[in-house]
Amino acid sequence: MAAAVAERAPGTFRWSSLVPYAVLALWTLPIIVLYVWLFYSSFFPRIEGFRPIGAFTFDNWRFLWDPQSVPQMRNRPAILPLTLNTFIFSAMTSAVGLLISSMAGYAFSRLRFKGRRLMLGGVLLLHSFPSVTLLIALFVVLRALGLYDKLVGVILVQTAFALPFGIWIMKGFFDNVPWDLEMSALVDGAGRFRTWLRIMLPLVKPGLLALAVLLFVEGWNQFLLPFVFMPSGSQQTLSTLVKGILGEGRFVDYGLLTAVGLYYIAPVLILFVLAQDQLMRIYAGGVKG
Amino acid sequence: MARTEAVALRREATAAAWWRINATALLFMGPALLLVLVFFLAPVVITFTMSLTDLATSTGLSNWQWIGLENFARIFRSQFWLTILGNTVVYVAVVLAFNVLVGLGVALLTMHMEPKAGGVFRALWLLPRISPSVVYALLWVWAAASPPFGMLNYIVAPFGLEQRFWLQSDPWLIVILINGFVGASFGMLIFTSAIKAIPEDLFRAARVDGASALQIVRRITLPLIKWPILFVLVYQTMSLFASYEYIYLTTNGGPGLYATETWSLWAFHTALSNYYGNLEFAYGAAMSAILVLMGLAISIVLLRVFRFGQLVAEPRVEVE
Repeated sequence: MAAAVAERAPGTFRWSSLVPYAVLALWTLPIIVLYVWLFYSSFFPRIEGFRPIGAFTFDNWRFLWDPQSVPQMRNRPAILPLTLNTFIFSAMTSAVGLLISSMAGYAFSRLRFKGRRLMLGGVLLLHSFPSVTLLIALFVVLRALGLYDKLVGVILVQTAFALPFGIWIMKGFFDNVPWDLEMSALVDGAGRFRTWLRIMLPLVKPGLLALAVLLFVEGWNQFLLPFVFMPSGSQQTLSTLVKGILGEGRFVDYGLLTAVGLYYIAPVLILFVLAQDQLMRIYAGGVKG
Repeated sequence: MARTEAVALRREATAAAWWRINATALLFMGPALLLVLVFFLAPVVITFTMSLTDLATSTGLSNWQWIGLENFARIFRSQFWLTILGNTVVYVAVVLAFNVLVGLGVALLTMHMEPKAGGVFRALWLLPRISPSVVYALLWVWAAASPPFGMLNYIVAPFGLEQRFWLQSDPWLIVILINGFVGASFGMLIFTSAIKAIPEDLFRAARVDGASALQIVRRITLPLIKWPILFVLVYQTMSLFASYEYIYLTTNGGPGLYATETWSLWAFHTALSNYYGNLEFAYGAAMSAILVLMGLAISIVLLRVFRFGQLVAEPRVEVE
């Protein structure tokens, strides 16, 4: 359908058809420049504007194999445990979020229970509600539950924040599955739970995968929650490391910073390239107009 | 006799089925309900309750007292509240305009391209959104850096503008650019899928009639995506009021006293991150309470206006 807007009769090239490209290329230039610099800067001693000073080097990446020689890394947790923390955090939020959203999404799609309308309204309400305004109260909740400064606490908060979106998306996926398959399983006497697990989940696998990637990326990128609710060193994540180096002062080491930043963003970029179409669709489908 | 028995039996069977289906639903909904209860509903109640106390690091979780509306009175006694309110209004208005106009522009322009090229541009605009906020903030901190580093200095040099440390001299420019470029992708996604949903016959017919691209946009596309535009306007207004992550990571409300401090950042600073050592949870909660109330109100408006009833229609078929 996109083609229909752009479509022209063959052989009638007009210069005006290049206008959108030129305009958009100009608008997009800042984004391109910023991200090109991120790559570029991590392999040179320093960059002034766009001009590299000195020769190509892996020196900025020293934090990976020789962190003791990098002054900014000395009083910080080692990079490997930080990476592992970040991975555990995002993998757990993705797995738990996926499980809980697919269960609730199934109930909303297939069961007619008491309070369904009200609860589905609640999901949509929370979907547009800015959960970041609850951070101060969540501090008190985590303290009271004894989950403050623990990875589990932050995982639960992040999972809860992702739920309205996850449930809504999963409900949509289940809504698109035809009834016949499920019906025959139910008539054969399989319980709802078995039907959900054995028949329905395999049928929405592509959707599950896309949501899993999305939740993982959101967990991987998360900064505020670990920063506020997990302040002690041993449990920090890569985002708090980058923030720590960035916040050290006005004259920061951009070589080191971009190398660490690129190391941190690399998995996200790879996932984005691999699953771009699915992610794009799920992003757009997440909010109904 | 036998008749009433049969009716009673049937009623019993229906009741059993009713219980069974609600029990099943509870099993499926349970974990989600629990998380929503603990991490959404309780915090909303706590925000409002806490705003009536003096809870802070100095009082601890056990020695606090009820102080009524004193926290709210204190907000409006503060020397800075008008500055901060003004900052917030400017921030929301300018970034919102940037987000919606650029988002709309990108969506329209990419729809008038070859589909492949359009996809590439949309992916590029999605980059800031899928990047970790600290990395995206780092890119702008560099762009705004003092000479000889930052990119901005090299861009303005040919125009004879003075070299400077932009975060210090023009903090608002950076705040608007960093939030503008990341927020535009939201509108872009919504508008793109809305345009894709327009029947292509409309565009064909218009082109056959000799309409120009601009006429097509003005007479067909824009009127047909009126609702998505309104939706994005309302939705993003609220998220901008609540958001402060990128400001925190770049200017942190500065330079100096509250130059770029917005309401939500003020609450964050007061309650969770300041240099005075005394975190005033209750005072910060009072500031947030105003935002939570706004968030609830706007969310309800979104539900009502954007055909909520249709979205929660009952499941079509039901076994059992």
